[in-house]
This record gives sequence, C-alpha cells and structure tokens, in this order.
Amino acid sequence: MRVMALAVLFGACATPTQPVIAPAPAPMTIPANGWSPQQRAHHLLNRAAFGPSPSDLAELEHVGEAAWLTAQLDPSGHDAQLEAKLSGFKTLPLTVAQAFAAYPPPQQRLKELGITPDELKDNPELRKQLMRENADELPRNLLIEATQAKLIRSIESRRQLEEVLVDFWFNHFNVSAEKNRTRWMISAYERDAIRPFVLGKFRELLGATAKHPAMLWYLDNWMSVRDGFEVPRRRRGGQLPRRMPTGLNENYARELLELHTVGVNAGYDQDDVREAARALTGWSIRVRPRDGEFGTFIFQSIAHDSGPKEIFGLELAAGGGIEDGEKLLDYLARHPATARHIARKLCVRFVSDEPPQALIDEVAATFVRTDGDLRETTKAIFTSPHFWSDEARAAKTKAPLEFVASSVRAIGTLNEVRQPLARVLDQMGEPLYRCNPPTGFAEHATPWVSAGALVNRINFGLALASGRVPGVSVTLPAAGANSAETLDRVSAVLLGRPLSEGTRGTILKALAGEEADGEMRAIAPAKVAGLLIGSPEFQHQ
Amino acid sequence: MMRRSFLQLLGLSVPALQSAFAQPASAKSKTLITIFLRGGVDGLSMVQPSGDPALRDLRKTLIHEGGLKLDSMFQLHPAMSALKPLYERKSLAVVHAVGQANPSRSHFEAQDFIESGLSGTKRGDGYLNRALAAFPEGVPFRAVALQNTLPLSLAGDAQALAFPELRRFKVNGASGLGLSFEALYAGAVDEALRTSGHDAFESLNAVAGEAWATAEAANGAAYPRGAFGQRMQDLARLIRGDVGLRIGVTELGGFDTHLAQGAAAGQLANKLKELADGLAAFAVDLGPRLDDVIVATLTEFGRTARENGTQGTDHGTASSLFVMGGGVRGGRVHADWPSLSKLYEDRDLAVTTDLRSVLWSAIEASGAPAKASDVFPDFAPKPLSLFS
Repeated sequence: MRVMALAVLFGACATPTQPVIAPAPAPMTIPANGWSPQQRAHHLLNRAAFGPSPSDLAELEHVGEAAWLTAQLDPSGHDAQLEAKLSGFKTLPLTVAQAFAAYPPPQQRLKELGITPDELKDNPELRKQLMRENADELPRNLLIEATQAKLIRSIESRRQLEEVLVDFWFNHFNVSAEKNRTRWMISAYERDAIRPFVLGKFRELLGATAKHPAMLWYLDNWMSVRDGFEVPRRRRGGQLPRRMPTGLNENYARELLELHTVGVNAGYDQDDVREAARALTGWSIRVRPRDGEFGTFIFQSIAHDSGPKEIFGLELAAGGGIEDGEKLLDYLARHPATARHIARKLCVRFVSDEPPQALIDEVAATFVRTDGDLRETTKAIFTSPHFWSDEARAAKTKAPLEFVASSVRAIGTLNEVRQPLARVLDQMGEPLYRCNPPTGFAEHATPWVSAGALVNRINFGLALASGRVPGVSVTLPAAGANSAETLDRVSAVLLGRPLSEGTRGTILKALAGEEADGEMRAIAPAKVAGLLIGSPEFQHQ
Repeated sequence: MMRRSFLQLLGLSVPALQSAFAQPASAKSKTLITIFLRGGVDGLSMVQPSGDPALRDLRKTLIHEGGLKLDSMFQLHPAMSALKPLYERKSLAVVHAVGQANPSRSHFEAQDFIESGLSGTKRGDGYLNRALAAFPEGVPFRAVALQNTLPLSLAGDAQALAFPELRRFKVNGASGLGLSFEALYAGAVDEALRTSGHDAFESLNAVAGEAWATAEAANGAAYPRGAFGQRMQDLARLIRGDVGLRIGVTELGGFDTHLAQGAAAGQLANKLKELADGLAAFAVDLGPRLDDVIVATLTEFGRTARENGTQGTDHGTASSLFVMGGGVRGGRVHADWPSLSKLYEDRDLAVTTDLRSVLWSAIEASGAPAKASDVFPDFAPKPLSLFS
C-alpha cells in the first residue's frame, strides 16, 4: 500500500499529467494608457521588434496589439520571403563537421595543397594567389554570412520578436567567433542551441547551450577532465584529444553559475565553482576529423570525476556519470536566484535600464510558476502595466544593432547586405558574433553612449538618408508645402510623434541658416532624415 | 564666424578655449596613461619568478627560458624583449604580487572593483574620473579613452571622451551639419546623450584639420599592427599635439588563457609581444617627451600559480604590472615577494601590494591635484618607492 502510494507519487513527479484537451489560452489583455495609437505602436515595435517598419505598423494596426503579440509569441507560420533571401547563404545550414570540411582552417588547407608554412611566409605572391583561388572556401565566409544573415533577419523577419529574443539569448549565452575554432560553430550554435528554445523552456535552452560544441569549445569545458586523469593506452587514438589534459578547467563552470544561471551575487563560492567543474568533467566534443559525427557532443565517462559532489546546496552521490551535469543544470535552472537573475536581465532589455522591482518580482514569479517557460515569461513583460507606463516610454537608448536595424526598417529597403553595413556595428563597439568576454554585450546603455559612438551614429544616419549605404535604398516621405511640414512628415516616420518645439526650432533654424542669401528654402526630406537619425530623439526607443 | 557661434552655443568663450589650448603641460604635470589588460594576465609568466624554488613544482608546460634577467629572482617573458632598452635605461619598472584587497575571481566583478577604486564593491563612477575632477575644466581632450566605449574608470561627472580611432573621429557630410547636431544634442533631454554630444562636438572641432591628429610616428617608431598599436600611436599623437591630455586610457584583451597558454611561444606570448612592442614604439615615438608621461598597465587578477589540467591557468589573485615614463624608479622589480610556497587559498600568488597604492603613486607623480581620499575613498594608499 505504502509502496503503491510512493509509486504514484513518483510517477506523478516524473511525468506531469497531460490534460486531454488543452485549455484555450487565456485571451491576452494589454493594459490601456493615455498614449495615442501611434505612440503605442511605436513603443511596442521598438521593444518587441527591431523598431517600426511601415509594413509592421500596418499589420499591427490591422490586427490589433493582442493578436499581433499573440502571433509573435507563437510564430508558427513561414516567412517565405525571408527564407528565399537566406537560401543563398551556403554556410547557414551546415553542421559543424560540414563547416570544417567546406571551409578548412588555413593550416589544413595548406597541408592538402602540399605547401609548407615557410614556403608561404617568404612568398607573398603565393599567398595572394591562394587567397584568390580559394576565396569561396575561406573560413572568413562563415562569419561574413552569419553577420549578413543576422542583419537581414533583424531588419526583415516577420517573426520580429523571435529575432529580438535570439539576439538576447545568444548574448546571454555568449560565444565569440574571435576564439579561433568557434567561428566554424557559430551559425550551428544559433540555429541548433538558441533559436529553437527562445520561446521554450529555460532548462532546454540551458541544456542545449551546455552541450553545444561552440560553448564547450569557447569556455574550454571540452578539455576539462578529472584531476590526475591519464589516457589509458588502449583508448589512445579514440575520441580523445591528442594533447590530453590532466585535470580540471573551471572556466565554463564559473560562467554557468555567474552568467548563465544564478548570478554573481547568489552566494556561491570558489569551492562551488570547482565542484560544478567536477560535475561537468567529461562533457566534451568528438574531435577526430574523420568521424562522421565530428564536432558533436560526447560524454567521456573515463574522464569524468565519479566522486560525490556538493554544489551550492546540491548533493550529488558518487557514480552519477553524465547525470551529474544534468542534475546540476536541473538544479540551477530551477533555483530562485536564476529566476531573479533572468527576470531582471529581461526587464532591463525590454523595459528600462533600472526596471522597477515590482516588475522584476512579477516576471520572476511567472518564470518560477511556469517552470521557466520563456514564452510565458516574455509575455508577462509585454502585458505588464510597467511596460506600458510613461516611465518606460523612450526610456532606453538603442544598442548599436537596434539603432542600425531600426533606421533601415524605418526608411530603407535592404537589397543586399554589403560589408560596410556590418562594419558600422564594429565601429559602434558591438561587432556581431564577436563579443570576446563571456558576459556578452551590456543590456544597459552606459557602455555604448560615448562621444565616438555618437559620431559613428551621426555619420551612419547621414550616409543612410542620402543613399550612401551600399545595398540599401531609401524611401522618404515627399516634401511638404513648407519646411515645417516636411519636418513633421519625416519625424512621424522616424519617431512616431511630432518633434518637441525646441528640437523642431533648432532643426529649422540650423538647416535654414545654411543658405547663404538668408532666404528660407524648402528643406529636402533626406537632409531632415539624416539629422533626425543622428539626433538624440532617435537614439531612444 | 561659424566657429565662434557654436562655441558660444556651448557656453564657452573663445579666449578661454584658446588659452586652454596654448598651455603646454607644465614642468610638474605629466600625462597619465593606463592600459587595462583584460582577461586576467598571468603575472607569473609575464614576469617569471625564476628564482623561486617552488615554481617548477607548480608549472610544467608554462615555464620559459631566455628572457631578460631583471634581477636574481625575476625574468621578463622572452616575447617582451622590446622592453629591454627601457628597463636598462631605467625608464621601466615592474611591480609584482600586486592585486586587490577583496579580490574576486569573476572577470567583470574584479574589473568593476578596480575601476571603481573600491575594495570588493563597485559604484557608478571610476577612480580616474575622480582624479580628473581635480583638474580645471574646459579642455576638450583632457581625458580620452582610446577604445569603443568609455570604461568605468573614466565614467563620472568629469568630462571624458571615448573613441577608438582619431582618424575616424569626424562628421562626414556637408559643412554646417556638425553645427546642427551640436544644437540638437545641446537640447537633448537625456543627460548622458547631452553630455556625450557636448564632449563629442567640442573635441571634433579641436581635431578637425589639425596636423597632429594624423602625424606619422617619429624617430622610426614601429607600432605593432592591429588596434592596440594604432591606439598607442593615437595616444602619442594627442601628447605630441599638446592638446592638454591629462589622462589617457586604452586596453588590450585576450589574456584569459585557460587552455594551451604556451611558454616562450604561443597564445600568451603573442599578446605579451603585442603589449611590449606597443609600449616600446610609444616610448620611441615620444622620445624625450616620454618624461612628460607616466604609463601603467593593470589587469583584473593574476592566474592560478599551478598549471591547470589543460596546460593553461584559471582565474587567480595577484599579478604583475609595468610602470614606465618620467620619474619612474625603473630598472628594478618592486615586490614584497610572498613566495610561491605560501599560496593564497592554496592556489594563487598572494597580494602584498594593493593595486591602488601603485595607481595612487602614479596619479600623485603625474602632478594631479587630486586627494587620495577622493580617488580611493575606502583606502589609504601606502607610500611606495616607485617614483623619485
């Protein structure tokens, strides 16, 4: 009897009962406020998308906020136009193994061609010739295509919220293409470990990143083995790296606690970091190039530390094997400090740099209640009165990608992504896929508001509005009957609201003052747009 | 005419600005340059305590030979041979076993603590900004971070600039546009944007068309290729341009060598070479004007004294650093050596010199009129014999 009861209890725990008929989702209510419909649309699209585009504004107006958000939170439909555009990118669908095969690292390619590094060193002509002949298979194409695809998606995807979330979660679980071999894994990482889970369960996302070769490589866990490990003779030449490590590497374990889950102030200590690293020993990558599954996750049980562990309140009995790591991820994903840490970071991204504690608590509670359901957690933010409050409106400064994408979405059409567009982001300090520290780029504005960054933004706005950004064509409102009307038309497109009297006066005066004869002439819309994109108002969202 | 009008717009009188420009650095005051080595430099490899008998028990694949012997204990990393002449003519000193009072092994915490200038905690403004606040205002290039974003050390009430490259620091477009932006930013509601805008335009005007901003390196100085070399060269340009630079900051990353760190050659050696070559070129470029400058390197933490399981090192505690320039008591290693047989928490080189004592010595020696209690409010810097 007692055994039966326990079995029922455990059974219930192991497989949550599925209701036969799924309950209809509760209709979404979005808080009202005193803003105009245009202001509401711009606010929502500035945060849940990479800024308003004419087509998204029209769609939002047509279907209404609740339906738009519901669809964005459950983006099942195809985006045929986007898919067609991305189909030309050869590197996007590749597995890690395929990427290495098609875009061999330089040393490997040289070996295939029978050229020694010394021969190349003394022969710049040969180097040039090789670069030319092998241009299509140079590894740099991997990063170029990833960058271009990200820009296209940010600007044109109809699943805008998904793109914003992919950007957020990639940054949260950051890996950098700058760390040598990570470059071959970056597209696969985003495609397989991030994108499928951004509206799923946090635990799945955490697990997918933990086991992806990009993360295992970037934070070194693939080489972390139990202390004193020696490769048994019979296993040499198997799936173990050639230069075999002999002990722990705590890099991933530390960032797993500090950045990915509970956060730096959760109260764990150095011993917890080491114990976590022990639990994750043996989580590695198949490294033999000839193996068909090259570059996939493998658990190396002989390298795993099989002793008992105690990590920040989690006790793991001896002999847990791969389950040590799984249990650790379960534990961390469900730790209340993780809910708080994630909730806060999401609120900083979507609401304001100093989000109200009440909102963070609300979002953290949703995270806990839904067992880390990221769709529900994201929804909680966009349906909160805090999101729709005056304090939140135009309260955030656009990050570099948000600035570039939102300006192109507002007035441009992306015909093709050429490198100058991507390089703009490098100059603004946030090169795509190349944030070196594991922290990712900051979600708050302080780090990217600087004199140099503003100059870059001003220059980009001027270039874009005057049609000087290669690959982007620009559509601007027609000039009005007078300069003031032109100004209002352009500002309605870019800002969704009339300019303040002060700014309006400044621009009219500044542009009119340019005329040598002092005559008031009509201002060209392109000139106004160039100024407005570089203006303080457009830096906000 | 136009220039006058927008200066007035900024509330600055033309004579005030001109006099600020005309003033060369006085005999006592020196420009302070800090170079943050991000990622946590293995100070035990950069300046190796070859004379410590415990070294060879702790490390196997990381020990290098052949570098300049600095004294009976320490040996410079062989990839840093460009620093040899500077050390020999006593323009360069090493400080070892230096670190934080309440260390953290988290990159961003440790960096924030250091840049805040506090023990084991952080705040929104940095120690360099507080040192800067003591100088008179109104000089556009008073404090510059040659990097993409303003680091925490320079953030705060005193005006400071950040841009990665002098060459690109200009508004492209029709003349007069700069003026419009300037007016727009002067009216910005957001304080951070307004301040950054103000700083940007003031400096843009000061740099536009100036020969010093694009000057070639002097004395045959050869900067290493890449962003770090270019930034060191831009710092030298600002100094040679006599624009009133008091504090210059830049950074170099890539020191987080958890795996396959290397010894005389390899991953760490490449970064150390870039650093040494950049420092040496900067010194050659400045020539005798190096006496008007104090350069200090720093890092967030050292690395484990023991080699880890993957021929690298994990996050540790104390590290080593360089001080170079005028008034430095160079040609020696300043260290109260804690010995590698007594490790902090049985894993790291222990801290015997608080980094802030070094930074304060440098700030003081630069002639900054700041008070130590403002710059490092929760710490009383210990006098070091680092400067004469």
